[in-house]
Amino acid sequence: MRAKDAVGRYGEDVAEKHVLAAGWQVLDRNWRCRDGEIDLVGLDGDELVVVEVKTRRSTAYGHPAEAVTRLKLARVRRLAAAWLAEHDVRPSSVRVDVIAVLLPRSGAPVVEHLVGVI
Amino acid sequence: MVLGRTLAVALVGLTGHVVEVEAHLAPSLPAFTLVGLPDASLAEARDRVRAAVTSSGLAWPNRRITVNLSPATLAKSGSSFDLAVAVATLAGAELLEPAAAAGVVHIGELGLDGRVRPVRGVLPAVASAVAAGRPRVVVPHANAAEAALVPGARVAGVGSLAEVAARYGADVDVPDLELARLEAAPAAPASRVLDLGDVVGQSDARECLEVAAAGGHHLLMVGPPGTGKTMLAARLPGLLPDLDEADAVEVTAVHSVAGTFDPGGGLLRRPPFEDPHHTATPASVVGGGSGTPRPGAASRAHRGVLFLDEAPEFSTAVLQTLRQPLEHGELVLHRAHGTARYPARFQLVLAANPCPCGKAVGKGLECTCRSEQRRRYFGKLSGPLLDRVDLQVELQPARAGGAEGESTADVARRVAAARQAARERLAGTPWRTGAEVPGGWLRERLGPDASLLGDLDRALDRGTLSMRGVDRVLRVAWTLADLAGRDAPGRDDVGRALLLRTRGHGA
Repeated sequence: MRAKDAVGRYGEDVAEKHVLAAGWQVLDRNWRCRDGEIDLVGLDGDELVVVEVKTRRSTAYGHPAEAVTRLKLARVRRLAAAWLAEHDVRPSSVRVDVIAVLLPRSGAPVVEHLVGVI
Repeated sequence: MVLGRTLAVALVGLTGHVVEVEAHLAPSLPAFTLVGLPDASLAEARDRVRAAVTSSGLAWPNRRITVNLSPATLAKSGSSFDLAVAVATLAGAELLEPAAAAGVVHIGELGLDGRVRPVRGVLPAVASAVAAGRPRVVVPHANAAEAALVPGARVAGVGSLAEVAARYGADVDVPDLELARLEAAPAAPASRVLDLGDVVGQSDARECLEVAAAGGHHLLMVGPPGTGKTMLAARLPGLLPDLDEADAVEVTAVHSVAGTFDPGGGLLRRPPFEDPHHTATPASVVGGGSGTPRPGAASRAHRGVLFLDEAPEFSTAVLQTLRQPLEHGELVLHRAHGTARYPARFQLVLAANPCPCGKAVGKGLECTCRSEQRRRYFGKLSGPLLDRVDLQVELQPARAGGAEGESTADVARRVAAARQAARERLAGTPWRTGAEVPGGWLRERLGPDASLLGDLDRALDRGTLSMRGVDRVLRVAWTLADLAGRDAPGRDDVGRALLLRTRGHGA
């Protein structure tokens, strides 16, 4: 279990570096509430982005982006509303992104950023 | 944003529409949707295509893939779009050269291992693609011979999706898959042509068969069991001449859609023979099925013979549905999804017993049926349907020592000569055989001898002939004249035609 969590953690670090390099401002990481957890919240310009990060070490069980189901996205959407209710941020709009991180056995991680999936 | 494009063909009846297949790949969560009115079997293409692409050693693009079949308002069905959907998707992912695949028509079903499987209706599909100015077609290997029958088509037969992708410059190993073969066509009719010489006696019926073959007239044979009705009917196609080029293509197209065509033998050039069993349903005879209706026995008998053995045993619905094709030579099947047209210009041959027990011949002393039973039995046939049958003959129980008949080859020669005479007479008209010509046209050319029509007028007055019947008797009279080598029918011909039509009851 610990190895799995470490992989997820590392993937989220990779994703954060990725969005920072894209010029985002990261507002929150691993924000938890009763309903679940948001991996990353950032500001892309004045648009609030709630990011679901999915990390896998191989595509043996499919590409990481494929593992983000409709149910998971619905949960992220609910959590985005919950996060906004608790924080005093006034973005012009809100969107949900998925960042798929593939960690090959050797070499740099492969990041795929899927913008505006809902 | 990338768009992959290629072409496919949607068949509605025998008419094909070239369909543009576009694949749009968006960078979003992986998904695969198929739009453009696909039916259930086509919607399953998504799963087949995906499995076939990965089995072929190509990477499935992790994108939001939307495949559109345009025009989106035309309902599409069947598995023949698989190959086009796969090619459009791969072109959109730039796994193959998009420009190379753009103008090519792809037809074929995909197996999960990436093999391209044969489909039905390739001949009419390719024909309409060529007619629409798209001569480059890729078809399953097993259908390549069939597609090549279309003049002007540039056909490529392929065995696997990898082979197709490699043609368009994809970097892929072509696996050595065993080629998918065509499902065996239903047992071909006996290759030996049945010979008319096998039928002993029955000289009247034999002559009647010759007239039917020469003029393309519909025929009814009434007689007790075992007198050779079925034998005679089965020998009718042997008397008919070969189909000409246009007919052969049309007949082959119908059989290709019906799935009863073996492309190994090339175009079907002999008139087809269909003999549905008397338990046949209307849908099986005129065509039907879910989605786009498929051709039935009547269409498969196009330009050939439709034989209904024990005709009164057929359900009334089946017999009545035949009236439209008998009149128009075409079947128009309306369904919620659209209208399919199949040609159905067949020669109808009916065989019947005189009564349910089959013994009501001569004085009918041995018949055990009640008169009401007999009436009901034949009542099914009478009326509008029987009015369209030009030739009606009663067969008598065969006597021992019946003369050996002429062989098929001899009779076919006379039939061919009569047909040639009719063709020369009808040159410049849209008709080909005597049976198709309208009555007015025939009457005008009858010549000055008014007495010819006198017998018919009397029969009309007596009620043994309808107005349509008069025209039909004239048609048979012309055919008799053609067979005898006369320029126009004489009084004898008209008299004999009347006799043939009314089973001797109306002269």
